[in-house]
Amino acid sequence: MMNEQEYYKIINETVISISGLNKSFGDLEVLKGIDFELLKGENIAVLGKSGSGKSVLIKIMVGLIKPDKGEVIILNQQVDKLTPKELNDLRRRIGFSFQSSALYDSRNVYENLAFPLTMNVKGLSKADINNAVEEALEAVGLKDKINQMPSDLSGGQRKRIGIARTLILKPEIMLYDEPTSGLDPITSGEINDLINQVQKSYNTSSVIITHDIQCAKNTSNRIAMLLDGKFEQTGTFQEMFESKDEDIKKYFNYNLIH
Amino acid sequence: MKTKDTVFSIGIDRYLTDVSNGYCFVTRFFKELFKPPFHIREVINQCYEVGLKSLALISLTGFIVGIVFTKQSRPSLEGFGAASWLPSLIGIAIVKALGPLVTALICAGKVGSSIGAELGSMKVTEQIDAMEVSAINPYKYLVVTRVAATTITIPILALYCSFIGLLGSYLNVHSEEATSVISFYQNAFKTITFLDIFSAVIKSIVFGFTIGIIGCYKGYNATQGTRGVGMAANQAVVLAMFLVFLEEIVIVQVANWFRFF
Repeated sequence: MMNEQEYYKIINETVISISGLNKSFGDLEVLKGIDFELLKGENIAVLGKSGSGKSVLIKIMVGLIKPDKGEVIILNQQVDKLTPKELNDLRRRIGFSFQSSALYDSRNVYENLAFPLTMNVKGLSKADINNAVEEALEAVGLKDKINQMPSDLSGGQRKRIGIARTLILKPEIMLYDEPTSGLDPITSGEINDLINQVQKSYNTSSVIITHDIQCAKNTSNRIAMLLDGKFEQTGTFQEMFESKDEDIKKYFNYNLIH
Repeated sequence: MKTKDTVFSIGIDRYLTDVSNGYCFVTRFFKELFKPPFHIREVINQCYEVGLKSLALISLTGFIVGIVFTKQSRPSLEGFGAASWLPSLIGIAIVKALGPLVTALICAGKVGSSIGAELGSMKVTEQIDAMEVSAINPYKYLVVTRVAATTITIPILALYCSFIGLLGSYLNVHSEEATSVISFYQNAFKTITFLDIFSAVIKSIVFGFTIGIIGCYKGYNATQGTRGVGMAANQAVVLAMFLVFLEEIVIVQVANWFRFF
């Protein structure tokens, strides 16, 4: 059992640190000086309206989009200074769950999960791959779908398989892009439970991009509110709910009423 | 409201950006080609997709081209009393020009559009991004393997198409004159030199590379959802066919220069 000092050190270890991040697309300024920190073992939800730049933010984190200005440090590495090989080494430690699930539609569930594993880990036997696939599918509760094609799965099942595909590489950080969008309330609840379960079982730190207040409330330790290209306020759900900021109040009240 | 000048300058800007992006896309292929990992199994899969699945269409088209070309040429040659030259004429026309060109045009339509649509669909549904964030180089896995497959397979298909074309031609000649296979093929190859076959193979390699890289480029850079996928497939075919004709002219000219030396 770790002592209080060791626990404090771990809990305060920053896994993602972003400062002064700017990103524009043509004349449209999307991110205007973002400062952000994610601590080890923490789940943080990024709330904001559609088109506010939430997805752009996590795509910058994994190097899919290059920022115009600012510093992005992930697991002690500055993303824009990495060579392609170093960036790939970093990406192996990050799981990215896409809004659209982004499953390879010409491959079945087994092949979808085995693909990142076989491409990234050399010398695995068929039995090792089978075990890893089964373990990941068990973690998301869809072991019986192993031979199905993505087109045969429901929206919620696709999201789960997408998460299982990222878990197969045992990531340290999980990035969820709108994990509950387009799902009914019950399936959304199941996805929220899965996000919490992944945090516990895989000891991950997560950024959850969402516009769903319930998802943010049920899955995050902290909430960051992205408004007009900046984080207006960061805090627990209760702190955000009681915020005096008019825009935040409006966002929360509207979402909870509707 | 945009003026005519603005629209024109936007058009020029887009064209130049496209040319520059295309240049970078092609140079990246050669950089990535010799860097490990080499996805040999995927190259073989793609060779199967390009080669075996086009075989029936190539066979049928090559056979028909051989018959039709022989039927069309016969009256003209008979007019000059040179019907015995028919196998030689057919040999030159099919091996040097028609075989590689017909194969390239069929593959531009069948393979180019399929690559453009497949990669375009992967792009707009974020499957390419998913590959990238899984630390897999999508360019290497998707583009290099497909372009390598078309570059390897299309020359083989072109030689096969020429062979089938000559077979079609032989059957037509045989039905008119009862010529033997050996005699027909001896005559057909009498005027064909090693340089002719070599230039036909080189030409097909260039065609194969062009069809693969254009299909991949258009698919890899598809935008605007399903409409973009359709556009990528369409543009891949149109541009590949245009470039195949352009390359045909250039390679024939270059081969003729070598012949003079």
